Amino acid sequence: MSDASEMTLEQREATIGGIGCARRRKEDVRFIQGKGNYVDDVKLPGQVFGDFVRSPHAHARIKSIDTEKALAVPGVLAVLTANDLKPLNLHWMPTLAGDSQAVLADEKVHFQNQEVAFVIGEDRYAVSDGVQAVEIDYEDLPVLVDPKQALAKDAPVLREDAAAKDDVGQGPRKHPNHIFNWDVGDKGATDKAFAGAAVTVKEDVLYQRVHPCPLEPCGCVASMDKITGELTVYGTFQAPHVVRTIVSLIAGLPEHKIRVIAPDIGGGFGNKVGAYPGYVCSVVGTIVLGRPVKWVENRIDNISTTAFARDYHMTGELAADEDGRITGLRVYVLADHGAFNAHAQPTKWPAGLFSIVTGSYDIPAAHVSVDGVYTNKAPGGVAYRCSFRVTEASYLIERMIDVLAQKVGLDKAEIRARNFIKPEQFPYTSCLGWDYDSGDYPRALAKVLDAVDYKGLREEQAEKRERGELMGIGIATFTEIVGAGPSRNCDILGIGMFDSCEIRVHPTGSAIARLGTKSQGQGHETTYAQIIATELGLPSDDIAVEEGDTDTAPYGLGTYGSRSTPVAGAAAAHAARKIRAKAQKIAAHMLEVAEGDLEWEIDRFKVKGLPEKVATMKQIAFAAYQSLPEGMEPGLEAVNYYDPPNFTYPFGAYLCVVDVDRLTGEVKVRRFYALDDCGTRINPMIIEGQVHGGLTEAFAIAMGQELIFDETGNIQGASLMDYFVPTAVETPVWETGHTVTPSPHHPIGAKGVGESPNVGGVSAFSNAVVDAFAHLDVTHMPMPHTPWRVWKQCEALGIGE
Amino acid sequence: MNKTAVKMTVNGQAVEGQVEPRLLLIHFLRENLGLTGPHVGCETSHCGACTVDLDGTSIKSCTVFAVQAEGASITTIEGMANADGTLSALQEGFMQEHGLQCGFCTPGMIMRAHRLLQENRDPSDDEIRMGLSGNLCRCTGYQNIVKAVRYAADKLNGRQEAAE
Repeated sequence: MSDASEMTLEQREATIGGIGCARRRKEDVRFIQGKGNYVDDVKLPGQVFGDFVRSPHAHARIKSIDTEKALAVPGVLAVLTANDLKPLNLHWMPTLAGDSQAVLADEKVHFQNQEVAFVIGEDRYAVSDGVQAVEIDYEDLPVLVDPKQALAKDAPVLREDAAAKDDVGQGPRKHPNHIFNWDVGDKGATDKAFAGAAVTVKEDVLYQRVHPCPLEPCGCVASMDKITGELTVYGTFQAPHVVRTIVSLIAGLPEHKIRVIAPDIGGGFGNKVGAYPGYVCSVVGTIVLGRPVKWVENRIDNISTTAFARDYHMTGELAADEDGRITGLRVYVLADHGAFNAHAQPTKWPAGLFSIVTGSYDIPAAHVSVDGVYTNKAPGGVAYRCSFRVTEASYLIERMIDVLAQKVGLDKAEIRARNFIKPEQFPYTSCLGWDYDSGDYPRALAKVLDAVDYKGLREEQAEKRERGELMGIGIATFTEIVGAGPSRNCDILGIGMFDSCEIRVHPTGSAIARLGTKSQGQGHETTYAQIIATELGLPSDDIAVEEGDTDTAPYGLGTYGSRSTPVAGAAAAHAARKIRAKAQKIAAHMLEVAEGDLEWEIDRFKVKGLPEKVATMKQIAFAAYQSLPEGMEPGLEAVNYYDPPNFTYPFGAYLCVVDVDRLTGEVKVRRFYALDDCGTRINPMIIEGQVHGGLTEAFAIAMGQELIFDETGNIQGASLMDYFVPTAVETPVWETGHTVTPSPHHPIGAKGVGESPNVGGVSAFSNAVVDAFAHLDVTHMPMPHTPWRVWKQCEALGIGE
Repeated sequence: MNKTAVKMTVNGQAVEGQVEPRLLLIHFLRENLGLTGPHVGCETSHCGACTVDLDGTSIKSCTVFAVQAEGASITTIEGMANADGTLSALQEGFMQEHGLQCGFCTPGMIMRAHRLLQENRDPSDDEIRMGLSGNLCRCTGYQNIVKAVRYAADKLNGRQEAAE
């Protein structure tokens, strides 16, 4: 019984197109022909538009709102204010972090461009006219921009609504502008390590406020069917199922009456995890008007109001012996969370997974303390292409180890090698409590140093320094913690961070798989099909992958924190294995042998010792609907909800070479080599693409991105005129490499890769820039390394002209 | 607001409409004609997601009024496939070289690359980068986009067999 007996094993492998092949992407066919379906492409009958009137002030009391003129604008249908939402109790909404956020400003505005009123009209132009016509009278209040002033005795109290609360979601507070303190590690042991240390270093390291800035801004279309009472919400949701639960909780609608659909998403990078006032107002709008309401933010709205990232004011300290072996790490962080504590982290982790801050190094003692504070800035605090606060943590330790290297006079590669967790130490438990699954750091670093001729580069640098030229070599040997996460550690709103996959095999041997995650460009339709293809022995071309529709996909927690492959990818493998187990029973029945007499080979079961006696998966699929063993349920499908036993720990070694023009401050990236180890590699083409993209985002952050505010809270430059998004001209050429250290606890050994290049990249760029000045006793330079700032450093050193 | 009549040719088809003078071309294409290939990414002509071809020039349709396109001939991504419905060399190149991820910039990127290859039949990598510098991509890091355009240039210049 075989329909492919002519093919060799290799040809059969190739036909499957499974794990490890550089399969071209299935989703591309629609995107290259303009047939993607993004949220702004959704057009429902009777659809109207909504947009916000936003506050020009960062902190002000609202004295009055006059909507009369706006309502008189032709085409304007309604104007919502906080007072209109109050009777529905929707003027405030709960945040993922346990705080509350104003949907429409209630008596006060807390940041510039905050949402004050929502104008709904027949088309975008009428709405724009309406927005202009709303008259609001404000009374200015003192503005708090600098988080270092937030806890001062005489600091203005920002959140009057929360001033009397002991807890705004994440633990006790010590000041009306204080949100939480998070303290982890052994303070006593750390203090002891510092007290007895031969060498200590200390540095203030700011990871500036940035924005993920996906090319498609956030938006939604909400549509209430008044007859059936069913609400459908299309939107840019990285986590559609979570949105459904939130909408149910906030709006009080039964969850089965809500359908959330995330269509194609034009990039997310963390920006599309949160719940925003635009979603709530669109839902209210459709309930009030009985017509579908679309809201799509513009670029300035996006950069200035929906989910920023970082803004971590860190102080790092290392203690070490005279050979540069680290004996202790101490970190203090002042975290600027903006006006509402709306950062997106697993509930129990107010600083996310920041305690991965010991990085790739075997550090015996560490202590971390984080204070979150309110300021008059937009809320958010998402992981911009990284697992929760992992980029901040990795940046700090990768900067600090360089500072230590300079202090003890060690080479920056050597100090890393000296402190690495050794391959034989895995599985390794860090002093801050993480169980690293697998790794081989020395091999990765050695491979990179070899690839770039590190010794030659250092020699060249020494010669250039003799001539007064500035050349820098930056190294980052990072370890991530991704794939959130085990439900014992991680939940969002009390829901464990599992993920899911349901597979149905059709009678003719093709299949559909639905998952609880949501691609924003990662290529899930291609890679999940590859996992299932290898597990099931059906061609990946014959496996459709669907995500994003909560009416059809099994419940999952969505795509962010590099969790799709580690969690939903594992669910896909397990669901496929359930199907294969049933298929084996059917095959035994078909071939009239015992189950144990069968062995699996690529796409079929063979009878051991009788290689010509086979049942292919395709044949089994048909049999599953027609000729089953006695008593077996028909059909061939399975669902798996996967609660991972642990996180995964991808790692890498990156090296960046820069030349700095001391007269202009311009930094030219001459070379960038990125070696990633993400465990088992599903599609090398897609991995490389992810690495290129992540490195480019890292380049943007390190070299130019920053959300700046003046002292009255005006955001300086929230358009693409000012906010740095590199073009093809500035973007360096990337070189990539890899090693493979599979995760021992993941069913296919995969770890996730999409965020590694951003985590490791930022440190490599920044370390390279500082290294260019290391011989001049510069230990740290704050990001972003714009020509102006770099030139100011040159000027301060007297080499700027 | 008073409406004005506009007529133009879009992807080879004569089209017309009654539009407000302030209606942007991108909205005319997307809302009136249902051509949702071109996207709105910034509304300020920085990102290039709305790029279309107008009378032989790449333009950002988010900062052109529909009435300014009166009588013009416009090509959007929907008009880029070959006459027989097969993919053009550029479309093929973007797929083969993994020149896209989320796909949001892709229609504008392909339209700009199309015009670039009309302006310069065989650009160097640096010329491709400069030629695409009005179009932003947040996903790919551009390297594979450069390769995609090179793929198409090679094919158009007869240096390449059909797709692998």
